[in-house]
Amino acid sequence: MSLRLEGVGYRYAGSATDALIDVDLAIEPGEVVGVCGPNAGGKSTLCLVAGGLAPLTIGGQLRGRVSIDGSATAGAKQYEVAQRVGILFQEPQAQLSDSVPTVWEEVAFGPRNLSLPLDEVVARTWGALEALDIADLCERDPGRLSGGQAQLVALASVLALQPAYLVLDEPTSQLDPEGTRLVAEALARAAAVTGAGILVVEHKTDLLARLCARLAIVEAGRIVKQGTAVTMLGLPELDELGVSPPETVRLRRAVEATGGHWDPSWT
Amino acid sequence: MIVIAVMADLWRGFRPYFIVLTPLVLSIMLINTFLYPGAQSALFNVGPFTATAEGLTAAAQAALRVVAFAASVGVFALSTRTDELVDDLEQRGLGRRASFVISAAIGTVPRMAERAREIVDAQRARGMDTEGGLRGRLRGLLPLAGPLVLGALTDVEQRTMALEARAFAAPGRRTVLREHPDSATQRALRWGLSLLAVALLVLAVGGWLAWLP
Repeated sequence: MSLRLEGVGYRYAGSATDALIDVDLAIEPGEVVGVCGPNAGGKSTLCLVAGGLAPLTIGGQLRGRVSIDGSATAGAKQYEVAQRVGILFQEPQAQLSDSVPTVWEEVAFGPRNLSLPLDEVVARTWGALEALDIADLCERDPGRLSGGQAQLVALASVLALQPAYLVLDEPTSQLDPEGTRLVAEALARAAAVTGAGILVVEHKTDLLARLCARLAIVEAGRIVKQGTAVTMLGLPELDELGVSPPETVRLRRAVEATGGHWDPSWT
Repeated sequence: MIVIAVMADLWRGFRPYFIVLTPLVLSIMLINTFLYPGAQSALFNVGPFTATAEGLTAAAQAALRVVAFAASVGVFALSTRTDELVDDLEQRGLGRRASFVISAAIGTVPRMAERAREIVDAQRARGMDTEGGLRGRLRGLLPLAGPLVLGALTDVEQRTMALEARAFAAPGRRTVLREHPDSATQRALRWGLSLLAVALLVLAVGGWLAWLP
């Protein structure tokens, strides 16, 4: 039982180079795996491949095998994959359908697409809103939400499909500190409440340190290192890759640079 | 149409329609009444212009057509909520793509307007003159249209992926959230007015309404 990428390579349609090369990664149910690395390193492509959108929706060439709980995504329909793997993008408003007047209906959009019975649509919609503690937004116009709120609504819309795995592509990159805090709390809550396996790509390493047990570093389309989040986020190579380490790591380095002793219990 | 508007308490909402219609109706009345070609039955003179009975009749007909058309559009726009209309159309078998196009097209207008305002504000902050005379406004149009259109196109790609990720392409009919049953009166009116329209069309084509002015 896992979302598994085995020897995966991917090339966008019309491109002469591979965006992903020989990627091996597994996300177990209930586990939060982080991904970081330099810009244009293949992190977003990794999300699209893990979420099935590449190549099912956007085309391109996939090599290797992507499987969800043992079933390969190759040859599946995107709406089938969407019920197993939910994907959240960077831009909050561009993920909303723009076709309904309230947040409640926005969240109900996915379950309605599945032609579920009305009582199940209602139960799933309230379940997703309550899982993220945003039921009070249900009557609001989705187009008039703050960035953080819109991202939570987008996440609730994905959760309403009750996927076993979530793929989050820099979910806080477009948000201010308050929006980032809102989404970070919601992600921690979603991980605890839904028990979904989560793959989260982020530049904000403090968020990764808080959420993830494991971490992979992606550079030039390859996973160059993976291991426990504590080990990975403490690697000196992170700075060379343009990834700023978490505050605790910077603090530890500052203490050690001045000859002091770092007590791990301070974290 | 006006009776329906009054009954549905939409009278106040009609004000902008009247404001737009008044100059149009006035010009139709004046041009037809005084300048109707070949008219003989003079009614009165205003300076060099002569009002004619034929002109007045043609003016009244044309003005009534315009008012009837505008009033029906007005009653529809003021009395119908888009989401309810789309719900009902979906319930009657409209496909999910068609219904999405209707709702998204309407939902996108305010978002585009908001984005346009943001772009104009950003350009003003960088010193561009987007107000003042016609030339100044025209100069501001291109820097507005570029980012607006390109931004919308970029959004489309992500929005498409977001829709696919929410099972938009799943087969079957989408779950209908609300049913909007017709009352007996609504049903009677709907059928009665449709039949009346067909009957009038048949009568008009058959030449049985030639006695009407």
